[in-house]
Amino acid sequence: MSLLELEGVGKKFGGLTALSDFNLSLAPGELVGLIGPNGAGKTTVFNLITGVYKPTEGRIVFNGKDITGLRPDLITRCGIARTFQNIRLFGSLSVLENVLVANHLRLRSNPLEAVIRWGRYGAEGREMVAYSQSLLEAVGLAHLAQEQASSLPYGQQRRLEIVRALATKPKLLLLDEPAAGMNPAEARELMDFIRQIRKDFDLTILLIEHHMRVVMGICERILVLDYGLTIAEGSPAEIQKNQKVVTAYLGVETGA
Amino acid sequence: MGRIALQPPGFYSTVAKAYRKQPNRWGLLLTGGVILSLVLFIYWAGGHFNPYQVRILNLIGINIGLGLSLNLINGFTGQFSLGHAGFMAVGAYTTTLLMMPPAIKQMNFFMMPLVSPLDQIQLPFLAALLLGGLLSALMGVLIGAPVLRLRGDYLAIATLGFSEIIRIVITNIRSVTNGALGLKGIPAYTNLWWSWGFALLTIFVMTRLIHSSYGRAFKAIREDEIAAEAMGIGLSRHKMLAFTLAAFLAGIGGGFQASLLTTIEPNMFRFTLTFEILLMVVLGGMGSITGTVIAATIVTILKEVLRGVEAPMNLGFISLPGIPGMRMVIFSLLLILVVLFYREGIMGQRELSWERLLGQKDSSPERGVEI
Repeated sequence: MSLLELEGVGKKFGGLTALSDFNLSLAPGELVGLIGPNGAGKTTVFNLITGVYKPTEGRIVFNGKDITGLRPDLITRCGIARTFQNIRLFGSLSVLENVLVANHLRLRSNPLEAVIRWGRYGAEGREMVAYSQSLLEAVGLAHLAQEQASSLPYGQQRRLEIVRALATKPKLLLLDEPAAGMNPAEARELMDFIRQIRKDFDLTILLIEHHMRVVMGICERILVLDYGLTIAEGSPAEIQKNQKVVTAYLGVETGA
Repeated sequence: MGRIALQPPGFYSTVAKAYRKQPNRWGLLLTGGVILSLVLFIYWAGGHFNPYQVRILNLIGINIGLGLSLNLINGFTGQFSLGHAGFMAVGAYTTTLLMMPPAIKQMNFFMMPLVSPLDQIQLPFLAALLLGGLLSALMGVLIGAPVLRLRGDYLAIATLGFSEIIRIVITNIRSVTNGALGLKGIPAYTNLWWSWGFALLTIFVMTRLIHSSYGRAFKAIREDEIAAEAMGIGLSRHKMLAFTLAAFLAGIGGGFQASLLTTIEPNMFRFTLTFEILLMVVLGGMGSITGTVIAATIVTILKEVLRGVEAPMNLGFISLPGIPGMRMVIFSLLLILVVLFYREGIMGQRELSWERLLGQKDSSPERGVEI
């Protein structure tokens, strides 16, 4: 059974078709890449899966549940977490607080219990801090726990965003250009990191990336989008040889 | 990079202990000391201050509560609301109508009699206050549900509009509110114990709420709504929570004010009232509890000190007639200056803490977070 199933999903903004008849099936544990030139509709796919946009056609099924048109916070509760292309951390909050915020969806205490620190809130709060702290330790950000998130260097902000997504305890992680702006060494480190978290957290990962070395290096399957259409799908080796993909990225030689 | 693996039992509680903010014994002691001296001061002031000074002290207490409630929406949750005067009006009128003795009601409503059950009801002050707060909170729910979908300027305009609607409705349902004639002879129950009790309780609730998981959710919404939603935070639920609690506190503050001034009329609850409270929030720092406390004190005192500028003045060579509203001009200029040159306000998003006051480092990693 597949974990995520997109059936004929499309999205129109007025007259502009951002995505049409998009089909995707993710098996549990898969690491799939989504590539394509700028404006091809990759981030639109993410926004549709996470509920930021509502699809104009088609159906999205996650874990056997139809999540088409559901509110973003409810979709996150179902077990889908994401990062953003342009980092969206809670800038004035500390690194630890950023991760703590992602624990809030599991909080069962009501506001009154939280104010008077009564009943289950104490235990829930401690568990929350401990889990966040262990996550930060595991990815090597623990020493920065009290720093303001916006003061971190770029690479660590990317990493923090991934950790924050992990703290929602997702089954499916959507990474939107995690290697953007990274040098080859950093990108290699990131690839190891992504492989590591997939194994340790039992994740299925869908990844948008322009960094071809990263995509070809870690993805088992790749989808290529161009102008809202899926133009190719297959293993990294197949994609590299696909004539349509080469054309989409490099254009056609028209001859002299 | 370390491997992320399942931790042995007991690991989490050990880590939690290390990173939890240890309650500072000295801090607790000092806070207790401040509260005790405040209590002693109020006890002493009741006997030694003249009524005018007592009234200013009362206003400071009430304004601290009002300022904090507005800061909860505008500063901590980042939803720019301008509807506070409306909520205060609901609280003030409800409290007054519920606690005023029937005889005084009869004297007030000489144009049009008060509607049936209300003209006989007389509740104790506290019950009337709480019901005023609850009705105001209900208004908060009714108004918040449609307008909290809006963002930024649009939300400000919509809340301002609703606050005006409330005022117009109050002016026109004369059989309930006595219309533009207002209500006079309200029992003067508000004293320093009530007003400062309100201030301290509001400070306590706000501090605990802001440092809880809910407070972090509010701040996350302020920082980035899309990211907050992607982290599983229900936007409308949390915005409504902040908005309703703020409306509740504003309603209670309005009730206290009615009982302090002993007279209310619809025109008291114009936009300028919201503006005064907004000034406290902006001057103190959007998103700082201690900042609002400091600014509420400063603005309330300044408002009295500046009474002089509205009186007729004789500068020797020229004599000016009194200009009513001159204080508002000065406050508006102050707000413009703060926004232009000192946008952070007194405290920004920081808080005064004993560590900070005593010159201890308070950003060490050992400090951790409160849970």
